[in-house]
Amino acid sequence: MSEPVLEVEDLRVDLRTPRGTAHVVNGLSYTVGRGETVAVVGESGSGKSVSVLALLGLLPSRTATVTGRAALQGEDLLTMSKNRLREVRGPGVGMVFQDPMTSLNPVLTIGRQLAEAVRAHGESSKAAARERAVDLLREVGLPDPDRAVDRYPHQLSGGMRQRVIIAIALANSPALLIADEATTALDVTVQAQIIELVDRLQEDHGTGVVWITHDLGVVAGIADRVLVMYGGRCVEDGTVDDVLERPAHPYTRGLLGALPDLAEETGDGEVPDLATVPGVPPPPTDLPEGCVFWPRCPVRSDPRCETEQPPLDLVGGPLLTKGDGLPHRAATWCREGDDRWT
Amino acid sequence: MGGYLLRRVGQAAVVLVGVSVVVFGLLQLVPGDPIRLALGTRFSQETYDALLERSGLDQPVLQQYVTWAGNALTGDLGVSFRSGEPVTQLVLERLPATLTLAFASILVALLIAVPLGTLSALRPRSVVDRGATVLSQFGISVPDFWMAIVLILIFAGTLGWLPSGGYVPLTEDPLGWLQRLILPAIVTGVVSGSVITRFVRSSVLEVLGQDHVRTAQAKGMATRQVLGWHVLRNALLPLVTVTGVQLAYLLSGVVVVEIVFAWPGLGQLALQSVQARDYPVLQGAVLLFALVFLVINLVVDLLYSVIDPRIARR
Repeated sequence: MSEPVLEVEDLRVDLRTPRGTAHVVNGLSYTVGRGETVAVVGESGSGKSVSVLALLGLLPSRTATVTGRAALQGEDLLTMSKNRLREVRGPGVGMVFQDPMTSLNPVLTIGRQLAEAVRAHGESSKAAARERAVDLLREVGLPDPDRAVDRYPHQLSGGMRQRVIIAIALANSPALLIADEATTALDVTVQAQIIELVDRLQEDHGTGVVWITHDLGVVAGIADRVLVMYGGRCVEDGTVDDVLERPAHPYTRGLLGALPDLAEETGDGEVPDLATVPGVPPPPTDLPEGCVFWPRCPVRSDPRCETEQPPLDLVGGPLLTKGDGLPHRAATWCREGDDRWT
Repeated sequence: MGGYLLRRVGQAAVVLVGVSVVVFGLLQLVPGDPIRLALGTRFSQETYDALLERSGLDQPVLQQYVTWAGNALTGDLGVSFRSGEPVTQLVLERLPATLTLAFASILVALLIAVPLGTLSALRPRSVVDRGATVLSQFGISVPDFWMAIVLILIFAGTLGWLPSGGYVPLTEDPLGWLQRLILPAIVTGVVSGSVITRFVRSSVLEVLGQDHVRTAQAKGMATRQVLGWHVLRNALLPLVTVTGVQLAYLLSGVVVVEIVFAWPGLGQLALQSVQARDYPVLQGAVLLFALVFLVINLVVDLLYSVIDPRIARR
């Protein structure tokens, strides 16, 4: 594996809320290599977004406590000075946010918003920044970039706005691109275009990508590795093939089981009911003592489930790890071969 | 944009006609005979009839309105019952004093409200925020005449730094103009500023929570730039609205403050004409107030479309 762009170790985020301290991220560790795409999946409230906002110091400092280590090309983001962090935002890490309708400033032209990103990191001349803005718009495939640069966000469609946001994120050729539910608000055809765009840009620039989503279809299309989050913890990670084809954690199996399969029909021609994972995630203010998934788990095969947190261990033992050195790990007491395994 | 402007001017004209009808009608309902009041206690029936005819008050009401409105369009608002001077001249004489006080007050108000409201929003529930809340509650609830009297007692009485009232035109005595302006401008400015502070705080707070501010931060922009360009620019819209309302209120005469400081503005004129049942002057003053409101609202609406490109399209 190439030199990692990002190394996150034991990341923890606590948020102070009126109902007590919310443990939103609880010891998350992962790495992203150069040109690699890591997908972070999980349902709403699993701590996906918070875990990446914490990296860039974008959580409200009055209520959020972030601990652990997050080294971007060897430099810890969590301990660096505010000023240095400002310098890293952009050239170090570019970010694409979920909702293209609200992520752009409605009263400024997109050209200005792009030029700002360029000028925040060195380029001082307005004319040169504008030229760069036009180039960036061309690169992300916005039609007629010379005129589009003077448009306001409300004059563009959702897909076009998301392209602009990607252009902003890429303005300073970041080493790492974080896409936080970047395609969730878009319709499927536009989604595919955006994914293709990021894929191409990643190939051209060798950018490492963290792609946060709850859409497993997107994961299969873009990711090299997958990290499944639940209750602020990583419950399973591995290559796309391992996690999607041979899921080891009951939660991952539940997620995959909840995917609609239109090809599968019952005898009378009706499509079967969609499978769901019953229950809701535990509130981050009151996490269970043992396995975070225990209260909803259909298996519960081990007495330790209720009392002891399972470590993130290799699935099936080290011998089964594939030759490329990417381990498949899951945090569960339940192991294949167990007769209670469903 | 041109169509938008035309439509808004048209709407303003309709409102102005409505206001003129209401003003005219209301004054018909006010008890008291203005002719009798103008003539004093001893007069003959002939004098009374002559004045009645000259003032047009013997005509049917509708006729009176048409005549008055027609003349008003040409800038002739009639003559004062009391002094016999043209109303237009009386009103225009008072205009500079009123304009001066209104704009000075709004300046004071904005100088208080924008920094204080922004600081409060940046540090909600901090000492600054709580202090600002208490101060603005104080400014809103303390009666302006009381604040005026206290300020006069301190700065004109005890300290003797500033005159207690009056007005001199800027062109005659710039220093005296400024000295006389300070106290009334502070009193009305504090009241307006207290209201505006609350608006600035809530709108900055709202914008700070919007996604695009996070985008700007993620670009690596300096905090000062994010605040100036992204936050304040968006928070400007509600600020312009409330400032417009406050300015219109100040321009239509802050009667009590004008009286305490012997400030010869429109509010004072309106009050005097009510006391004297000087219908033409009162009509003229109220009509001017309405006009001021409409013009300011029009300017505010046009400013909207400059500040927010989404509005001009609607």
